[in-house]
Amino acid sequence: MNETYELRGGETHIEVHKFYPGAVVGVTVAALVLQAIVPLYIPVLRILELPLLVTIYFGLSRRNPSTGLLLGMVIGLSQDALSGPTVPLGYYGIAKTVVGYLASSIGARLDTEHPAARFLLTGGFFVLHQAVLVLTRRLLLAQPEPWFNLHLAVAAAVNAVLGTVLFLGIDRTRRSS
Amino acid sequence: MVAIPSRHKSLVLLTVVLTVQVLMLAVQIKRDSRGRLIRVWAISGVSPFERGGAWGFAKIRNVWIHYFALQTTSRQNEALRAENDALKLSIMHLQSRAAEADRLAGLLSFRQAHAEVPMLGARVIGASAGMASRTIELDRGERDGIRRNMAVITPDGAVGKVIETYRDTSQVLLLTDKDGGAGAMLMESRIQSPVSGAGEPLLTMKYVAADDQVSLGEKVVTSGMDKIFPRDVPLGTVVEVKPGNPFKQVRVQPAAKLDRLEEVIVLLTQDPIEFKKESEAQNTQTSQPGATVPGGNQNALPTQPSAPGKP
Repeated sequence: MNETYELRGGETHIEVHKFYPGAVVGVTVAALVLQAIVPLYIPVLRILELPLLVTIYFGLSRRNPSTGLLLGMVIGLSQDALSGPTVPLGYYGIAKTVVGYLASSIGARLDTEHPAARFLLTGGFFVLHQAVLVLTRRLLLAQPEPWFNLHLAVAAAVNAVLGTVLFLGIDRTRRSS
Repeated sequence: MVAIPSRHKSLVLLTVVLTVQVLMLAVQIKRDSRGRLIRVWAISGVSPFERGGAWGFAKIRNVWIHYFALQTTSRQNEALRAENDALKLSIMHLQSRAAEADRLAGLLSFRQAHAEVPMLGARVIGASAGMASRTIELDRGERDGIRRNMAVITPDGAVGKVIETYRDTSQVLLLTDKDGGAGAMLMESRIQSPVSGAGEPLLTMKYVAADDQVSLGEKVVTSGMDKIFPRDVPLGTVVEVKPGNPFKQVRVQPAAKLDRLEEVIVLLTQDPIEFKKESEAQNTQTSQPGATVPGGNQNALPTQPSAPGKP
């Protein structure tokens, strides 16, 4: 956990990052707390998905699908637990498990350090995350839920921009190789 | 234990984690009036198999019952057929008895309405053996006071006359026989003319003048001129009128069912008698005993005519 190593597959050279102790937990808890508190004071920031951004970041950085999906599951279930009784446990958990798994899988194959790549991937994962939530609502819970609309497109763009910026800040929690 | 390739471990883990969470969702969610979601899913998932299983079992059971388990069916079928035949016979017997009761009730009613006329009920026990004649045989004969040329009627109308008597039986010549006939008259116009048989179901009314008015449906009754039938006994209904010169050809449908006679009444007198009109007959119809019906009480025989006349 405290070591940095590299994945070598063919001609690719992708670095697997390690973080300072407690960095993953601290960032995750901070994201969950901020997600729960910020919209109370600044309602417009309700469109932010800080737990999702954290999931994407650590998935892309750790590049291990198993840990990525488990981290996504923990973050998602925590978000469910903090979202009140109207949100069943597993609602965000399923979506973030999928995102964590895919982010880790993609991170293991692509260089995701570039801000443009992070922007695109964050936007894409936001859409995927939303799609899984809608499917869960419609198929599993039999509740009406709008498909992707303009509001969500704006939210995807905002989260992509914020993620790109935020990822640079979280990069500082990495241990230098 | 099955070894999972390392490259698939994360995929398996993903599947497990997602499944657990989906089940967790199902446990939590409670749909309106349908119980918890996991129960809904369980029922939805299992019910197609249940339906399929039930359908399959029903088919198998159906095939078994209808194609294999037929050891007792044949015997049951035979028993049911026998029972069915017995029931048919029973129904026919009961229908026959009911019809007989109706006929006898008609005879009794007729007898009570004309209590002053000596008459005797008789059962038809035979008919002519060939097509050449139309006769019937009665179960009453000379011992019962029946003599030749006595009139035989039913409550519906005239039947014929006695042509031969024996000790216990007698023969009756029907109106439809070629030699049968009776004095008749049209009920409304009172035109008199004898009717005769022709060996056919219809009677022929002879000697109706060409200029006499005869309408279809007109009733024909006995005229009493033949010294056999009393006046005003129904003979039939005009069903066909053809112009002719010097006489019309009038065809009459007999009032009595001459082809289905089972019980008849023999008028035990050849003296001139007068039947009451129908309305009068109904008024005098009382519970007065004295009617003799076929197979009935012999003590109820009407008065025997003292001297039956000869034609």
